[in-house]
Amino acid sequence: MNALLACLAAAEPAAKGIDPWIAFFSLITVVVTVGMGFWTAGKSKSAGDFFVAGRSVSVGWNASAISGEYLSAASFMGVAGMVMATGYDALWYPVCYACGYLFLLLFIAGPLRRFGAYTIPDFAEGRYDSPVFRKIAVCFVLFIGFFYTMPQMKGAGTTLAYIFPGLPYWAGVVVVGAVITLNVSLGGMKGITLVQAFQYWLKVFAITLPIFVLASVVGHYQSHLATNKTAQETTATTLPGIERKALPAKAPKDEAWIAPFGKLTTKAVDASIAAAKTPEEKSALEANKKPYSLLYTYSLIIALVCGTAGLPHILVRFYTNPDGVAAKRTTMWVMILIGVFYVFPPVYGVIGRSLTPELYDAVGAKGTDKVVLELPTLLAGRDHALLGSILSGITCAGAFAAFMSTFSGLLVSMSSALAHDIYGRMLRPASSPEQRLKAFKWSALIVGLVAVGLGSQVEALEINFMVGQAFAIAAASYFPLLFMSVWWRGMTMRGAATGMLVGGLSALASISLTSISDVAVAKAKKLTDAAELAAYWSDHPLAKAIADHWVAHPLARILCEQPAIWAVPLSIGLMVIVSKATAASIPADIRMKMLVLHAPEALGLKQEYIKEHEGLGRALRPRSASPCKPRPSSAFYVFGVKLLLFINK
Amino acid sequence: MKEPSPTPVDVHSDAFLARLMRDQLKLSIACALAFAVALVALPLLNYFQPEMMAQRVFGFTLTWLILGVLFFPFVWIISYVFIRRSIALENAEAQAAQDGRTK
Repeated sequence: MNALLACLAAAEPAAKGIDPWIAFFSLITVVVTVGMGFWTAGKSKSAGDFFVAGRSVSVGWNASAISGEYLSAASFMGVAGMVMATGYDALWYPVCYACGYLFLLLFIAGPLRRFGAYTIPDFAEGRYDSPVFRKIAVCFVLFIGFFYTMPQMKGAGTTLAYIFPGLPYWAGVVVVGAVITLNVSLGGMKGITLVQAFQYWLKVFAITLPIFVLASVVGHYQSHLATNKTAQETTATTLPGIERKALPAKAPKDEAWIAPFGKLTTKAVDASIAAAKTPEEKSALEANKKPYSLLYTYSLIIALVCGTAGLPHILVRFYTNPDGVAAKRTTMWVMILIGVFYVFPPVYGVIGRSLTPELYDAVGAKGTDKVVLELPTLLAGRDHALLGSILSGITCAGAFAAFMSTFSGLLVSMSSALAHDIYGRMLRPASSPEQRLKAFKWSALIVGLVAVGLGSQVEALEINFMVGQAFAIAAASYFPLLFMSVWWRGMTMRGAATGMLVGGLSALASISLTSISDVAVAKAKKLTDAAELAAYWSDHPLAKAIADHWVAHPLARILCEQPAIWAVPLSIGLMVIVSKATAASIPADIRMKMLVLHAPEALGLKQEYIKEHEGLGRALRPRSASPCKPRPSSAFYVFGVKLLLFINK
Repeated sequence: MKEPSPTPVDVHSDAFLARLMRDQLKLSIACALAFAVALVALPLLNYFQPEMMAQRVFGFTLTWLILGVLFFPFVWIISYVFIRRSIALENAEAQAAQDGRTK
């Protein structure tokens, strides 16, 4: 390992000031993860073995694996960065990530598990007997997937730029994207319980240990929070032993940072106030500020809570349990494991505000998103140089685990969608398994390339903000589909498709508008020369027009940035209206379908249903005899097994 | 565990399905309401009672303590209750249906 490290250091003469410990821990994480993937893949010789991994492991291991899959770069780096940048309002993110999982448990997980649909396209086809609808659902896997890969790429670029200070942001994105894409397309697949469980414990270890050590040296969470003055306090509290560096002008003021309705939710109105010409305009906008923030907060909550249900790689994990009771116990442990984790990232944000305020001044990869990586090195200035380096190395390793697990999971589900559904079913229905396997590898390369391309464009956007957008699209498309299909008998395919398409696409469009203009504005801010700035805007007339529109209409900006509050009701409303209008096309066997969705698994109704409808509903066809074992019926899993077997030949 | 129902249950009847879905939905909605109330109420309290929510509790402000720390155990309690109740509900349904079949 040290030899490798030396090679790496020698190969990067331009990169100055690489901390060997940080590079060492990060490299180990990458090597161990990739190695474990290949090792466990090599051990599963048959399709049966592949699934036994899911079945034979205990509730504890399985819960760790699910949590490992759930915690992405947004949870690891983004939450801390956003709490530091915007304060209280950012706390909604970790809370709603956890609540979203609960919502999924309450309404969707149980019925989908009984139905045996492992992915949303499987469910869409099985519930409505419609291959066409399956294709529509597949397109959304790609849309949401790409939106969700962008923040992971930002995490990768930020971390690599931190480890190798000379490296530009885009190079980090390219390197990490290439490594993971190669890993996936060569077959070191994830979806294997052991690797995921390892990643969870690595992430928890990497977020907790450094902060405990750090807090014992520089002071605790609540002490640092106490030094931030609230609007009600007349003087700022100072505590012995708690250091606070001066905040730069760019940082939000204490009163706005620690209180609700701060920078995150008011920035649209603030921009308009800054541009307002008359005092009357200013005061009118000022009066609207707080109601708009409340609206923003609710829209954010809806997006995050409902959106969790629609993430392509989350649902699959509900099926790696032997039976319904074990699945529920596992879910309880998942709630605890992710809840424990989410307490810690905000601590980095709070301590970071006191001790590394210089991050407020930096932009992109050097900004607040890297506070988790940066903070442990402060120990170096307090006579613990080696400890600081090691702890920072550990948080880097955690960051690597975070974006690697999520990105490779997304890559697998998106490439499967491309290879199996688009190539195997739409373009070339007669293709052989070998051809499809080849298609999978090419798909992984294409998806990887697009993800790297998109990822290198988003340096200016916050990790957590982008994840929130992916959640908003999922909330307006998949969530209404799943929720209504499970609980309402009267849904028709047309109703479901209309609601999902209109809700999802309108959320996608409004979010893209905000992102395009934000990226352009961030680029423009870097230009200091007035002539250059004018030239830049005349080259980008659309972005300019959008940005100007936001300043004139802050409410429109908020509704486009956080579309869930109107897009989710729109989608559900359309589903109801169109389904009522096309009530004649409700599937004939709807009663039996609903029974399979809701009756206890012990009754074995699914087997009865399948006997009656041989040949109907692919997603329902069993691949194993017992009703209690997980059936690898999804195209995704079957395909994964074929791939593994092929690689192990 | 529920008492076996007095009349035989036909699992293929509309009545069985309707009761099944109603019972499950009732449980889910009751649990969802508990946390929906919290999610709706906290921003409202922040909006209308900012002074109260800004009080210091162990160095945190009250609202920071609730959202940043206490919310997670609250979610655990809801999911614990839901999981226990839904396992019991499922057992009762299976029992009732099997009694109906053997009759």
